Amino acid sequence: MSFINYASREISCKIVYYGPGLCGKTTNLQYIYAKTNPEAKGKMISLATETDRTLFFDFLPLALGQIRGLKTRFQLYTVPGQVFYDASRKLILKGVDGVVFVADSQIDRLEANIESLDNLRSNLFEQGYDLDKLPYVIQYNKRDLPNVASVEELSELLNPNRVPEFSAVAPMGQGVFDTLKAVAKQVLVELRKGG
Amino acid sequence: MNSSMVIYEDEFRQIADICERLRRDTSAKAVFLIDKDGQLILATGQYAHLDTTALASLTAGNIAATGGLADLIGEREFSILFHEGEHDSLHISLVASQVILVVMFGEETSVGLVRLRVRKVNEELTKIVQELMQKAKNPGADSPFAEISDEDIDILFS
Ligand SMILES: Nc1nc2c(ncn2[C@@H]2O[C@H](COP(=O)(O)OP(=O)(O)OP(=O)(O)O)[C@@H](O)[C@H]2O)c(=O)[nH]1
Ligand SMILES: [Mg+2]
Repeated sequence: MSFINYASREISCKIVYYGPGLCGKTTNLQYIYAKTNPEAKGKMISLATETDRTLFFDFLPLALGQIRGLKTRFQLYTVPGQVFYDASRKLILKGVDGVVFVADSQIDRLEANIESLDNLRSNLFEQGYDLDKLPYVIQYNKRDLPNVASVEELSELLNPNRVPEFSAVAPMGQGVFDTLKAVAKQVLVELRKGG
Repeated sequence: MNSSMVIYEDEFRQIADICERLRRDTSAKAVFLIDKDGQLILATGQYAHLDTTALASLTAGNIAATGGLADLIGEREFSILFHEGEHDSLHISLVASQVILVVMFGEETSVGLVRLRVRKVNEELTKIVQELMQKAKNPGADSPFAEISDEDIDILFS
């Protein structure tokens, strides 16, 4: 649910990074935070456990610029990927405008990716959203590791509808901004339709 | 489903007046109105030293988590939360189940007074918020985004 404030001439959209535990969601936001000009970003908030696992969410506000005189803001959230935090994931999906699914490319995480994607779909459905109708992109992360499945294989498994997909190495930034731009663009195009 | 929350100039001024009145009547330090998804609608009072974007997001997360708890024990929602600090405290309440009203106050005032005044303005705010939600359901043709071009979008990312 985007938010338009004519009084302050601002528009704000919510993008959620979803995916299995340790796939690299928080790392995506950390990289974006590190590489964004100070005037275009707010403080990054991470509600995490002592071992740096996301406990509730990470939050990063970005102010990218203006479109037709309206300040355009994106609020990036990550969910906690660990299976037992499902209640929190549902809460964070509320009001979502666009979704990034971060997949872990490692072969031994294939099952976890599928499970998480099913979980995304059903949690969205519970709130009246259809993943196939939302702005949505997929990122195949951890491409630098040796034991990874091929992108073709991942794509076949996780991306039957051929939404935009990106290979990434999040700590190095590879693919991180391409992913963000692609989903943000879709969100804006959706707004143009009068969403 | 993808309906937006839209705030117009007129309603914004009305809401701002109500919040400022609430702040004065309670001698509170600041009053914030936040959309349930975590967007700051307005702030009044002494807030220049605060990161209001973070405040909005954390408040919304807080309300979402307690709402989940309410659900768990069979309540529809907890309409009021109170966080007491050593010097400053937060009184957080829901307006029309959709918007969050936060009053930040210090030792100059009491939670009893804040609670009383909040209850009073809640009705006024509820009316305006409900009108806004109604308007947002029929956005009409005046969406500022109806005319954006692909170039407009590209420029944002250049
Ligand atoms: N080699 C490598 N490591 C990565 C990559 N992306 C993330 N990591 C590492 O994987 C670990 C987990 O990353 P996080 O970003 O915290 O994962 P997360 O998805 O937020 O995990 P949860 O919060 O538990 O859901 C960290 O140690 C990262 O440095 C990558 O592309 N390659
Ligand atoms: Mg995380």
